[in-house]
Amino acid sequence: MNAIVDTAPLVRARNVHKSYEQLEVLKGIDLDVAPGEVVVVLGPSGSGKSTFLRCINHLESINRGSIEVDGEQIGYKLHKDRLQRLSNYSIALQRRKIGMVFQQFNLYPHMTALQNIMEAPVGIHGESRKEAAENARKLLKRVGLSEKADSYPRQLSGGQQQRVAIARALAIKPKLMLFDEPTSALDPELVGEVLATMRDLADQGLTMIVVTHEIGFAREAADRVVFMDDGKVVEHGKPEDVLGNPQHPRTRSFLSRFI
Amino acid sequence: MSRVDEGLMPPGGGIGKDVAEAHVPFPKGRFAAWLLTLAVAAYCAWSVAMNENFGWPVVAEYFFDPTVISGLYVSLGLTVVAMVIGIAVGLLLAVARMSKDGLAKSLASLFIWFFRGTPLLVQLIFWYNLSTLFPTISIGIPFGPTFMSWDTNSVISPMTAAIAGLALNEAAYMAEIIRGGLLSVDRGQFETAESFGMTRARALRRIIIPQAMRSIVPPTGNQLISMIKATSLVSVIAMADLLYSVQSIYNRTFEVVPMLLVAVIWYLLITSVLNIGQSYIERYYSRGDRQSGAGKAARDDAPAATAVPSRNVAQQEMAQ
Repeated sequence: MNAIVDTAPLVRARNVHKSYEQLEVLKGIDLDVAPGEVVVVLGPSGSGKSTFLRCINHLESINRGSIEVDGEQIGYKLHKDRLQRLSNYSIALQRRKIGMVFQQFNLYPHMTALQNIMEAPVGIHGESRKEAAENARKLLKRVGLSEKADSYPRQLSGGQQQRVAIARALAIKPKLMLFDEPTSALDPELVGEVLATMRDLADQGLTMIVVTHEIGFAREAADRVVFMDDGKVVEHGKPEDVLGNPQHPRTRSFLSRFI
Repeated sequence: MSRVDEGLMPPGGGIGKDVAEAHVPFPKGRFAAWLLTLAVAAYCAWSVAMNENFGWPVVAEYFFDPTVISGLYVSLGLTVVAMVIGIAVGLLLAVARMSKDGLAKSLASLFIWFFRGTPLLVQLIFWYNLSTLFPTISIGIPFGPTFMSWDTNSVISPMTAAIAGLALNEAAYMAEIIRGGLLSVDRGQFETAESFGMTRARALRRIIIPQAMRSIVPPTGNQLISMIKATSLVSVIAMADLLYSVQSIYNRTFEVVPMLLVAVIWYLLITSVLNIGQSYIERYYSRGDRQSGAGKAARDDAPAATAVPSRNVAQQEMAQ
């Protein structure tokens, strides 16, 4: 089943295959994401959803198919009618419009929250320190952590760290945000604050691809839900359809565990 | 109480009493151990200080002798230069050894294998005698024409031989120390830097190395102290370092023990200063690790206390 939309997509994945030696993790994924769309990817562990997300910004390279973001093929360019692998530097350039939030937060532990957020804007995007600091404080306010600007990650709770990580990803003014199980490493009582922040971003029209196990978030914030199993998209559509009236038996059995 | 201490009665009694009123029994054993240790130490110090064979007046006389001081400068200078080159080359080797590029990897491994695997003393002698092996040094295409050429003896002085020997040997050790440090950093950190579109060099400089420093600094302090003492090996190639200068004095005056004491005390003084420096550097690189330390972090409230209200705020937001 193909998850393809009509409008000019921001992300266009076609027939994406990925293997680790003998193990085929992705078996031909087709997915389009329109600008401003929030796509939530659900699926059991090992279904390849995190791997697919990591392929989008070329943290993993793909073996077959193609991924396009904002009109550029990720990781390759056309050279004399043949695709040629991009240099590390060119790949770095492509990644600069894509923000990513990780399961383990991955804040830089030797920098304060503010420095974490300012690192990419100042170091990569050439913003002045003053401008970047101002913007970083605004972002911290937006995720509700104004008073934590000078705290080091270790002094923050998991939920606070993840909100700083979201602010850090937003600081590069990304065209696309990727969330890789952003709440899976959090204590249950800290999940809410992170989901609230993400819902806020969804409402503001940011294009987001979210890999998660939070069915509630999918129901309330997603424009579209994609259900993956065994390296394939088995079902996709509006959240009320996929979650309320799942057609595929795999989706049904997966969802039954959450009721 | 005392009978309980002596084990004549099983412990017990006083059930239900507040432990805040408890007191610790007087540590007789530890007190005795301290007393004995202090007595032995005092006796050792006294017997060394009072022993005429140590020649303390001679030590005092030569401690700031110009020959000794110039030797000290040579030792310190060699240490600093060799260490700086060693760390810089070591970093390159570490990165090369961790790269996916086969050529860089094998060259780095070969370098480390050779310079770690042969005695430093032998390496120094080889550098010093390079001219007997290669009378001229030239730059050119292998097996092809040469563009520039120098007389080896004019390039390799005792000083350059000493620097080359110490620095390249140090580089091999530092490479492994730095590689260990880089490996100790969570892989997710590199991935994050990559996902933000950082170049590899920038990710190393801004993200990976500052975190690796925590595990690089302590063994590097070790290396630095070893290096100060290793500089004494250059006396075999006629470099007038600290040890060489005291030797040159006692060859004249036959005051062997006092002159060696001069050197020993200088070496100890330098290493003590370095230890203090190292602890400051370690404190700097562990700044993100303190829950409520000095400086910036101290201005924040206790993390546990503030985590609760902000969590409530988030829950309220959700409820709305």
